[in-house]
Amino acid sequence: MTLSREELARVSAGAGRLAVPSRGRLVAGRFLRSGQGRSGAALLALVFLLAFAGPLAGRWSHTDKDFLAFLQPPSALHWFGTLQTGADVYAVTLRGLQRSLVVGLLAAVLSTVLAALVGAFAGYFLGWTERTLMWVTDLLLVLPAFLILAVMSPLFSSGQWPLFVAMLALFLWMVTSKIVRGMTISLREREFVQAARFMGVPPVTIIFRHILPNLSSLLVVDATLNVSAAILTETSLSYFGFGIQPPDVSLGTLIADGTRTATYAPWTFWFAAGLLIVTVLAVNLIGDSLRDALDPERPG
Amino acid sequence: MIEPILRVTDLHVSFGAVPAVRGMSYELAAGEVLGIVGESGSGKSVAALAVMGLLPRGARASGSVRLRGTEILGATDKGLAAYRGKTISMVFQDPLSALTPVYRVGDQIAEAVRVHQRTGRGQAARRAVELLDLVGIPEPGRRALAFPHEYSGGMRQRAMIAMAIANDPDVIICDEPTTALDVTVQAQVLEVLKTARGETGAAIVMITHDLGVVAGFADRMLVMYAGRPVETGSVEDVYYRTRMPYTLGLLGSVPRLDRGGRLVPIEGHPPSPGALPPGCAFQPRCPMAVAACGTAEPVLEPVLEPVLEPVPESVGGPRHLAACFRAAEVRSPVRSENAPGEGRARPEPIVLGVDGCGVSRAVDAGGVGVRPESVVLGVDGCGVSRAVDADGVGVRPVPVVLEVDGLTRHYPVTKGTLLRRRVGTVRAVDGVTFDLREGETLGLVGESGCGKTTTLMEILRLVRPAAGRIAVLGRDTARVTAADRMAIRRDLQVVFQDPMASLDPRMTVHDIVAEPLRAHRMGRPGPRVRELLELVGLDPDHAARYPRELSGGQRQRVGIARALALEPRLVVLDEPVSALDVSIQAGVINLLDDLRSRLGLSYLIVAHDLAVVRHIADRVAVMYSGRIAEIGRADRIYAAPAHPYTEALLSAVPVPDPVVERSRRRILLDGDLPGPMGRPSGCRFRGRCPRFAVLGAGERDRCVAEEPEIRWSGGDQGAACHYASF
Repeated sequence: MTLSREELARVSAGAGRLAVPSRGRLVAGRFLRSGQGRSGAALLALVFLLAFAGPLAGRWSHTDKDFLAFLQPPSALHWFGTLQTGADVYAVTLRGLQRSLVVGLLAAVLSTVLAALVGAFAGYFLGWTERTLMWVTDLLLVLPAFLILAVMSPLFSSGQWPLFVAMLALFLWMVTSKIVRGMTISLREREFVQAARFMGVPPVTIIFRHILPNLSSLLVVDATLNVSAAILTETSLSYFGFGIQPPDVSLGTLIADGTRTATYAPWTFWFAAGLLIVTVLAVNLIGDSLRDALDPERPG
Repeated sequence: MIEPILRVTDLHVSFGAVPAVRGMSYELAAGEVLGIVGESGSGKSVAALAVMGLLPRGARASGSVRLRGTEILGATDKGLAAYRGKTISMVFQDPLSALTPVYRVGDQIAEAVRVHQRTGRGQAARRAVELLDLVGIPEPGRRALAFPHEYSGGMRQRAMIAMAIANDPDVIICDEPTTALDVTVQAQVLEVLKTARGETGAAIVMITHDLGVVAGFADRMLVMYAGRPVETGSVEDVYYRTRMPYTLGLLGSVPRLDRGGRLVPIEGHPPSPGALPPGCAFQPRCPMAVAACGTAEPVLEPVLEPVLEPVPESVGGPRHLAACFRAAEVRSPVRSENAPGEGRARPEPIVLGVDGCGVSRAVDAGGVGVRPESVVLGVDGCGVSRAVDADGVGVRPVPVVLEVDGLTRHYPVTKGTLLRRRVGTVRAVDGVTFDLREGETLGLVGESGCGKTTTLMEILRLVRPAAGRIAVLGRDTARVTAADRMAIRRDLQVVFQDPMASLDPRMTVHDIVAEPLRAHRMGRPGPRVRELLELVGLDPDHAARYPRELSGGQRQRVGIARALALEPRLVVLDEPVSALDVSIQAGVINLLDDLRSRLGLSYLIVAHDLAVVRHIADRVAVMYSGRIAEIGRADRIYAAPAHPYTEALLSAVPVPDPVVERSRRRILLDGDLPGPMGRPSGCRFRGRCPRFAVLGAGERDRCVAEEPEIRWSGGDQGAACHYASF
């Protein structure tokens, strides 16, 4: 196939100012144009800023104890008050926020990615790939996650929180991957996937370019829900003393501790709980508008 | 003056703020057939539902619908129950969803009888069998006891008609009754409707998008566009003395079986009901639009005809009305010598539109009486002029790009969930042989279930077939390596039927068209995508949109651009226009035709619409039940089919020309396509074959015993029939 000389000349003349409107740009543009998306992103950025830059402004570190102030309400010296141990609530809350943010977000993203990959590969290739992957999935579904995490908890103590994140993620993805597999099986019969196959697009590329983007609504919602699930799992593990180990703290350990004093010393509980709510809210706002931005059926 | 049975006056229907029907009026006399024609979204079905009082919740209807003088619009369900099924009944498009799956067909018809008549159970059952017999169901007594899923599509539609006429109604409304059916079955069903009308004397409202069906069946017709009737009159008036540019465009763009040549599409696409243009709704697409068209919407007005014969005054005043300011200047494109009372051809050309790339094209007004080889195509889209060779592809030895030899595809039929056992074989494709030369278009036609799409998919998979041999561009698919296969994929591309399904809804047009370029690592796709979009007549700015935001025709153009991205040599088209409206279809057919000659492509095109294939293919292969029944040069086959099946198939396709359509000899086939599992011995067509029926006993034995192989006549025409009529 050849195009006439004049056409080629015209095309190359126009090529200079050609902005390539690919999916990435469109989605980013739509996301940033929605008020919800912007406020969610701003809120999350603020929470991060507070968690990581906040401690620099405070006078106390999370390991310090003020033996002159036990269970004091907020004051100029202790902005968020103090705990029964004399620890500064501002300092420990921000430290806990740091841990929870990292643990929650990482574990959520990790588990969703795992679910998407396992589900999509199993659903697309079927045959032995599917049988092996689904066998692993079923195995993990029947293993008692809480027990294993509890048994492994000594490993998490010495600053090994990345391992903790990985273990959390490992027990969060199975149900989603089953859903992804089912949806992939129906997607692979769709004409646009067949068209790509007949075009010579390699299978792995088809999965990443056609299958997964078409499941993006599901995956985004799943990741959003997983953030709160991961934070809450971490919280409950920490409550029993299996999660983040002292002297490190997380929002979970703080809330667990704070519940006992919440009625007569609300500051020990409400700052940690409030920040947890704000974080989950911000993630949900982002997830919602990301899903809308990915949805081709919405105008704009 | 006779009182009309059904009088619809100024009917409006809207869904919220979106108008669907904007002022529709018609009258129906006893025994009359009114055809309502329009593209999808023109409001024709909604108007019918409004008449039946079946509008969905949220729709508002105003105006008046009088059935035998009684106002029924806005009546309660209870009030309407007295009329529905008794005085006025309806036949729906999809006969499967119109029958309740859990009751026997006979019981469902008997129920329709008992609702309105005081008869006993036994008597109603007998009447149901009678009705099934009337609509041509073989062994009606036994078939009445069957469930809907045991019926074929055609039989279900017959059962629906039986139910519709059960109470001897005055009006039957048929909403696209044959759209879901194959042409041979469509011909049967139309015949049944004619019988039903003869039996009951009912008036029929026939809603369809098929101008051929209307031409053969209706007395009067009404053309709808954007929710309004734009022209109405007797079928002859509308076809031969067209006064509305839209009708004219529709008639010019519909592919016809009785002639090839270039189609004249209507530019643009129908407006969405929520955003109608100011003034005449057709004005943005109208080649004749003047300033006045943009300001006010023309009303339906009587057309001033040069009175050649006294027009009998019928129900409801003047017969031929059109809604166009320039109605007096519009001339019909249909061959006028056929038209009674209009003998002369009109020499003055009218400009019918501006084509994709901005060059206007003039088409002779008679348009048509002209033989294809003398049609001057003028300057083609982007500056390449082209002359059509009357004989199509010459006799030079041209390289073969696709060779299919004895291709077979069988599917096992298994039963049981725990212990699967094979209970039979579906012979989807059972020994298909054809080849395709460079620069040629081969049309693969046949009814649904004949194996044409399976053949296509076998070719596209590029793997060793179960039996037989496929060679694409000289390379045998059974012996190619993965790298070879990738190389073949570059030269072999596909365009699918439904452009909505074949384009990833989550990708922008740019990404869709760039995908093959990326898959084959062709460098930066940006400029090439732009070039491709221009090539298929799209605005390069469309690159930033999602398929959802495009119209059907534009989507299919994106699909074509994607197929052409790698400069293929062979393009496989699976029903490329069947999902599109008529006026859009023509533009895509022309585009495919242009691209083939400009880029030297070869096409393998699968279609069930024989008229479409007539317009695009050089050679045609007719498939029946997994095998090729006839293959050869298109002009030869359409002019003189040798196989009785081809003959029947061609005769079943309606022609949008009332005189031609009504004077044609029609061969009606009995029954349906045999199921692919149980196949008769010998010739697979003999059960339905009209030629077999008239053969002597000795000759018949050969059909029963021996499966016919393709026999070739002198030219390039072969038929798999022992008694082919070359």
